[in-house]
Amino acid sequence: MLDVSPQPDAAARAREAAAVAFSSEGGRILAGLVRACGDLDLAQDALQESLAVAIEHWPLDGVPVNPAAWLTTAARRRAIDRIRRDQRFAAKLAALGALLEQEEGLPDRPAEDGAVADDRLRLIFTCCHPALAPEARVALTLRALCGLTTAEVARAFLVEETTMAQRIVRAKRKIRDARIPYRVPAHEDLADRLDSVLTVVYLIFNACYSAASGDQLVRRDLASEAIRLGRLLVELLPGEPEAGGLLALMLLHHARRDARADDAGDLVLLDDQDRSRWHADEVAEGIALVDAALRRGRAGPYQVQAAIAAVHMEARTPAATDWAQIAALYGILERMQPVPTVRLNHAVAVAISEGPLAGLELIDAIDAEGGLERYHLLSAARADLLRRLGRNVSAADAYRRAISLCENETERRYLARRLREVEAGEG
Amino acid sequence: MKYLLLIYTSETDEVKRFPSPADGEAVMAEYFAYTQAIQKSGKFAGGEALQPTAIATTVRVRDGKTQTTDGPFAETKEQLGGYYMVDAKDLDEAIAWAARIPGARWGSVEVRPIMEMTMPGQ
Repeated sequence: MLDVSPQPDAAARAREAAAVAFSSEGGRILAGLVRACGDLDLAQDALQESLAVAIEHWPLDGVPVNPAAWLTTAARRRAIDRIRRDQRFAAKLAALGALLEQEEGLPDRPAEDGAVADDRLRLIFTCCHPALAPEARVALTLRALCGLTTAEVARAFLVEETTMAQRIVRAKRKIRDARIPYRVPAHEDLADRLDSVLTVVYLIFNACYSAASGDQLVRRDLASEAIRLGRLLVELLPGEPEAGGLLALMLLHHARRDARADDAGDLVLLDDQDRSRWHADEVAEGIALVDAALRRGRAGPYQVQAAIAAVHMEARTPAATDWAQIAALYGILERMQPVPTVRLNHAVAVAISEGPLAGLELIDAIDAEGGLERYHLLSAARADLLRRLGRNVSAADAYRRAISLCENETERRYLARRLREVEAGEG
Repeated sequence: MKYLLLIYTSETDEVKRFPSPADGEAVMAEYFAYTQAIQKSGKFAGGEALQPTAIATTVRVRDGKTQTTDGPFAETKEQLGGYYMVDAKDLDEAIAWAARIPGARWGSVEVRPIMEMTMPGQ
């Protein structure tokens, strides 16, 4: 008797081969399909279906020699079927034509690397288009380029799955109906549009480290996904130093992941971290990247932030840190991004490298401009410098102000301890 | 695909911004230059300037009766002052044309894709 039911181990092997092909090649296959049919929804559905077909057929027919190519062909055929069934057939003739052309013109294996890479780059620029809401850009990028499910994206950002699904559906509808193009922007728009892409990648990275608790496992993966996207951008846009700057910045932050929290899970500040627990290979790669980017002579905020992290991490001990260089880099960053946090960091770095008085002058200048009255870190920094200058009465005032503005319990305890010190020294 | 570029500016601010007749003429000259540029590109699919909302009339039909009221449909900070229709290949091209409209520098331009419909029976 002929037994056609698949063997259990054949089924498992097929499932695993499909999963491997999907995770390593899924993004490329999807990007190629989107290029042909111009419809992200359709492409995703077709790819999902091809995966289902693979899991059904491979246990019987055997795993194909090139699983990715098999999936590509199957997904393309699914997409063609769907378009043919679609009632608005006429409107989609163009998409059908492009898919059929792929079907005839191309051999059944993934296109040359260059073309595939371009597809993914186009897809990033589409998903990060500034005409989409920022949270939708992040969600779409994770969905389309990192292969996360809607449920995973929702868990990572503490949003109901239905809310996230709606957000993604709305964004895809806008891409289709407002005709957001699927292409790398023209040279004159590239810098602006790349900004939006880099922001999305950095948001994905930071979601992993933000204080709000989400699903920790998914969130940890986000850092790796962001770094993977960063690598892709560096590879595909070698002429854009800010892409290198962002990748360097992410690598240098991520290299400290094992030293960042103590056994109780509390945050360990940079100076108190066990530097032997930093990932040396990632530190080295980050430093090399930022050096190479800066040599292009077009510094940008990501490169400068990465350079600051690099100077910190090049020091063997906190005491060996080159604060003069850090102060100079913050000065450059402040001119690029004159935001309160950067200006305050500049003042603190100057205080360490040139002395508390020089730092205090900068803080007074920030204060004089107003607008930061409720920013507790400004008062805390002033208090610290006044304390070091021995001006205990003024320092105590500044500590009291900082404590009244501070909302974090750990920080407040630290400030209260300092306040008692200067109060004891008053008079 | 066609996109409607709706130009919203504050009528009261514009009076302050362009107080003299010469200022007004300079703005008109900019609009003429823009209109010529878009016509020359072959992307122009229509466009008009509107009279101020002060002389607008709002019409509603309720229970079969036509009700008219003086003034715009809603009092807003910025008012629709004119529009262009462009025939662009995608949103990026439409945004590029929107950004060149003079009023975009002191007001806002809303880019709305035109819904493509087929009439029943066609």
